[in-house]
Amino acid sequence: MANPKQMPDEFYQWMKQLQEIDFVLVELTLYLDTHPEDYDSIKQFNEFAEKGMRLRQKIEKKYGPLMQYGQSYSGYPWNWDDPPWPWQM
Amino acid sequence: MWVYEKKLQYPVRVSKCNPMLAKFLIEQYGGADGELAAALRYLNQRYSIPDKVVGLLTDIGTEEFAHLEMIATMVYKLTKDATPDEMREAGLGDHYANHDNALFYHNAAGAPWTATYIQAKGDPIADLYEDIAAEEKARATYQWIINMSDDPDLNDGLSFLREREVVHSQRFREAVEILKEERDRKKIF
Amino acid sequence: MSTYRKSWRPYIGPNDPCPPIEIKYYETPPNLYLGYQPYGLKQFDPSTALFKGTLWPALYAPYSNPYKKKREEEE
Ligand SMILES: [Fe+2]
Repeated sequence: MANPKQMPDEFYQWMKQLQEIDFVLVELTLYLDTHPEDYDSIKQFNEFAEKGMRLRQKIEKKYGPLMQYGQSYSGYPWNWDDPPWPWQM
Repeated sequence: MWVYEKKLQYPVRVSKCNPMLAKFLIEQYGGADGELAAALRYLNQRYSIPDKVVGLLTDIGTEEFAHLEMIATMVYKLTKDATPDEMREAGLGDHYANHDNALFYHNAAGAPWTATYIQAKGDPIADLYEDIAAEEKARATYQWIINMSDDPDLNDGLSFLREREVVHSQRFREAVEILKEERDRKKIF
Repeated sequence: MSTYRKSWRPYIGPNDPCPPIEIKYYETPPNLYLGYQPYGLKQFDPSTALFKGTLWPALYAPYSNPYKKKREEEE
């Protein structure tokens, strides 16, 4: 039996970029939880939130939804449960 | 509510099939100072702690679930195609007899996860000090596992997770300072 | 600048059967020294930050097995 679809290098590269942006956002989130009045960090947070949204849209358009419950659009047929799942990557 | 994202927090890699390391790593899956205990501890404490630190507990608790998934991914990759013989040779015979290659919430010695691993005293300072201690213990556990691992790719992911414990501890220490702060007085940086 | 690893010498008794580990180590990571994080600390770029596990060099302290070198030297 043939191995199901393998993702191209581009997918892995884009996911890594998304992990980088989202990691900055995780760090800034925890930081802002204890520094709620740091204006510059809030600006940086919003810039990265924007960047992350744009990249997420680009990835999802080509490779399918990253989130569900309506946080991402679906392709046809329903492609949410297409592999690879994160642990299979 | 929570929304799942089909992406790991960090790109987990493992160099070779090595069920023995999975046996050690499971400590951070279902052990006393593991990621499951961490997530449940912080999220549960939110309901009885001053509002000013609820955001932090929510966000660190949520990140711990991302770490739980990273540990699961490491265990999955280390054992995925391990045969029953290889599982037994790695000291996972007891595990295999009950679970085949399935993951389970127990510690490295096979003791199942229990709610007694986590505390909720209801006293904000006691709870935050528990959280700081939990982060230091999780950091130490990662160090002991790194000391026994000869897999550079695995250690890369473990180093990331260890550093996250340092940052979490830092934030919990700041949360204590927030609760210590005199009302009406501004923080001085 | 603080150091993030400390060492100590455990007592060695005449009847200890294992060859002694003369120096023991423990970690004292940056969160013990930083205090309330100040505004505007220098940051890693996003790719480095992900790799290191923190956005701020001030919170970063790498870890490696302190006993490994010793064992290899003895072999
Ligand atoms: Fe943590």
